[in-house]
Amino acid sequence: MSLVAGVIGVQGNVSEHAAAIERACEREGRAVEVREIRTAGIVPECDVLAMPGGESTTISRLIEREGIAEEVVAHVEAGKPLLATCAGLIVAANDAHDDRVSTLNVLDVTVERNAFGRQKDSFEAPLEVAGLEKPFPAVFIRAPVIDQVGDVEVLATWDGRPVAVRDGPVIATSFHPELTHDDRIHRLAFFE
Amino acid sequence: MPDPTDLEELRRGTDLVKRGFARMQKGGVIMDVVNPEQAKIAEDAGAVAVMALEAVPADIRKRGGVARMADPADVEEIVNSVSIPVMGKARIGHRTEAQILEAVGVDMIDESEVLTPADNDYHIDKREFTAPFVCGARNLGEALRRIDEGAAMIRTKGEAGTGDVNQAVYHQRTIKGEIRKLEGMTHEEREAYAREIEANADLVHEAADMGRLPVVNFAAGGIATPADAALMMTHDCDGIFVGSGIFGAENPTEMADAIVEAVNHWDDPEALFEISKNLGKSMKGDANVDLPEEEKMQGRGV
Repeated sequence: MSLVAGVIGVQGNVSEHAAAIERACEREGRAVEVREIRTAGIVPECDVLAMPGGESTTISRLIEREGIAEEVVAHVEAGKPLLATCAGLIVAANDAHDDRVSTLNVLDVTVERNAFGRQKDSFEAPLEVAGLEKPFPAVFIRAPVIDQVGDVEVLATWDGRPVAVRDGPVIATSFHPELTHDDRIHRLAFFE
Repeated sequence: MPDPTDLEELRRGTDLVKRGFARMQKGGVIMDVVNPEQAKIAEDAGAVAVMALEAVPADIRKRGGVARMADPADVEEIVNSVSIPVMGKARIGHRTEAQILEAVGVDMIDESEVLTPADNDYHIDKREFTAPFVCGARNLGEALRRIDEGAAMIRTKGEAGTGDVNQAVYHQRTIKGEIRKLEGMTHEEREAYAREIEANADLVHEAADMGRLPVVNFAAGGIATPADAALMMTHDCDGIFVGSGIFGAENPTEMADAIVEAVNHWDDPEALFEISKNLGKSMKGDANVDLPEEEKMQGRGV
């Protein structure tokens, strides 16, 4: 049976996540069917989910309106893996200190949006991640900062601030593992 | 856990970081705004970014004269009023306007034919900048020349400020058609084609191998309704710029909401039917066929 992987596809770098999932599954020797999710009804058929980067205001608004938000919550409550990156991390969190974004409360952290600064402050850097042997090429784009962690495992920090965490079936990153060809974070989220 | 952060290893303004920003905009709508109130309406509607301007293209057309970068104080005010990215327009070839916009802190610079070109022969060398650029194009040659100069995003030029989607369709079809033609060519034929369209051969091969432009490709220029936006998505655009179409409409808030939703449901006619209902009047506009050649903006900066 092939794995059914859903990518929340209302906005953002959706095709990049789909491609990263396909690479990760090929490396793991798993057949996969990737579905882009722009309407309700598809999440319940998915074994694993990715919530991509993009604009958190746009993504949170559209998944609420389409009824996808509650399906993502149910997916995590059922213990199925979710990888949430950048805007996805913001949407998954308990609170983003911003009433323009309604969060899903499936990740026990609070985040501050754009806390690394505007686009001119965006950067790439090698990052040590717990569970990975070699540093990961991390790309931070107008990235959020996790400002309070609850009952989660911190997998990576940058300059003293948590930028990758695990909370049960959820792995969330401030950076964009889908923008590089390195699929280790996707494998960590879905196969370990 | 240890934090082995090595700030020496941090790199800003790389192609990956610039193109990555453009990728975050995919599937989204970027709206022209002239003040913080409009910027907030755009943000509330779910726009992925706003373009901060002194006047929307339709008004620039009416007003005539030299169109320049907006007052940086106005751009800054918009930057401070919303949490989504803010873009600004600089004149073609006007490196200094672009530097000022970068200093203001805009997230992307549009080197735009909507403003009066400052340089007849050269575009801005966009590789010098930390901020990413978007540029307009009518065909593959223009698109690849802009990418070669460092553009991280390409948009169709269309014919800005007209509310007529005709030219955006034409430009997107042209770019896609040229790439399709490349896919059937041998290596040498592609090299010859690169010379013919005056484009960097490496980029020609890259586009041919990918079957698309190597950077994010938005639609712009004349998009005035949810149906126009959805139409451009059917032409394989990655997202939409709406200029005069929102705040030139009778009900900007409803129009902004509807265009964002239409881009999410571009392939679902039933949903588009609901989305398009009762929006009031769209911007009036000017049909492209009625426009005198000298009033067209799309020929600026090839």
